[in-house]
Amino acid sequence: MLGAEYVCIKTEDDLLLVRNCVRQLAASLGFGVLDATRVMTAAVELGRNTLIHGEGGHMQAAIIMQRNTKGIRLDFEDTGPGIPDIDLALTDGYTSKNGMGLGLGGAKRLVNELTIVPLAPRGVRVRAISWLDRN
Amino acid sequence: MPETIDKVLHLILEKHQEQLLEKWVASQLHSGEFRSDLVREDELREQCASFVALFVKCFSQKPDTDVTDDVWAPMAALLTDIAKRRTNQGFTPSETATFVFSLKRPLFHLIKEQSQTDAQVTERLWEISLVLDKLGLFTTEVYLATREDVIARQREEMFELSCPVVQLWEGVLGLPIIGTLDSKRTQVVMESLLESLSSTQSDIAIIDITGVPVVDTLTAQHLIRTVSAAQLMGARCIISGIRPQIAQTMVHLGVSLGDVVTKSTMAAAIKYAFEFQGLEVNAKDNKYIGR
Repeated sequence: MLGAEYVCIKTEDDLLLVRNCVRQLAASLGFGVLDATRVMTAAVELGRNTLIHGEGGHMQAAIIMQRNTKGIRLDFEDTGPGIPDIDLALTDGYTSKNGMGLGLGGAKRLVNELTIVPLAPRGVRVRAISWLDRN
Repeated sequence: MPETIDKVLHLILEKHQEQLLEKWVASQLHSGEFRSDLVREDELREQCASFVALFVKCFSQKPDTDVTDDVWAPMAALLTDIAKRRTNQGFTPSETATFVFSLKRPLFHLIKEQSQTDAQVTERLWEISLVLDKLGLFTTEVYLATREDVIARQREEMFELSCPVVQLWEGVLGLPIIGTLDSKRTQVVMESLLESLSSTQSDIAIIDITGVPVVDTLTAQHLIRTVSAAQLMGARCIISGIRPQIAQTMVHLGVSLGDVVTKSTMAAAIKYAFEFQGLEVNAKDNKYIGR
């Protein structure tokens, strides 16, 4: 791990901090405008999920390295009620609140890897990884 | 549990109140840290007198270290007033807290003089120190709260500033949006748009999102809602300023803006609006054509 940032997600304004944090990491790794926008958008979507569905939590962002490729790893953790059916949550158009139901599935398409792990006793960790060289 | 302070301590304070005040004022004036540039001597004396009087009074009524009790409410009010005034005068929060902490020295001297045993001294110093620490920290909290008020007010003002509705042409409104389009902002944008639509009798609104760094699903939802509200008023909406990276991101997200007319630039949107109104822009003089 080359660097890590921790952002608390308690209010809608904290999503600005999430976005700026990810933007700085993306810029420091040399992400292009398009890739930076993709990972920033995914971060805001996942951060909003943490806020709305997870009743608040935090994001831990880190720069990681694998087989000579650098990437950004974002871990969103909350202590909310958790996700009962992960496949259903990833389905476009499904929402448990009144959103569009595209956030989680959309975020998955915007990054290279997205994994959802339930945490004990409550909450989930959503991990998103975006590689600098995505091909 | 608040610690109960021994019965004699407040009697000592009451008896030597005058002497304590004099010593405190004198020590502050001669400490070298006295900011004669920021506060006048008589004002300082007045603040000290009110503080000592209230301190002794509150202490006599309720001799323990729980300063959150109602008995201490007048003290909280006084400190709020002093802290706010000092903030405006240009004191740092540390200097304001030091004002309260500086009472310790004369007070400790007094307690030492008036106590019989070392154990008694230690115990009394500890207790009085707890109270003064809490009061000193309270001034810092007041300072922070004042700051937060200022920040909140500035935010409000910025919200209003940052959502201007400009009339681009007769019947054509422009709404440049800069920054993040969150729920609160959307509300302000929508209100000012609908109001301007009705007051200017416009039928076309161009919402420009060039200055929006990220369009996520919620931002898209907000945009769609704003457009639907304007359409209900009979206006046609154009969303302009969709940059290439935003367009690609929106496709990946699976967000569609429905049947809203979108343009990549404000210029294209204005051209569309003119066409819709049946207007045409022509050069007045031939020499500009082909430039």
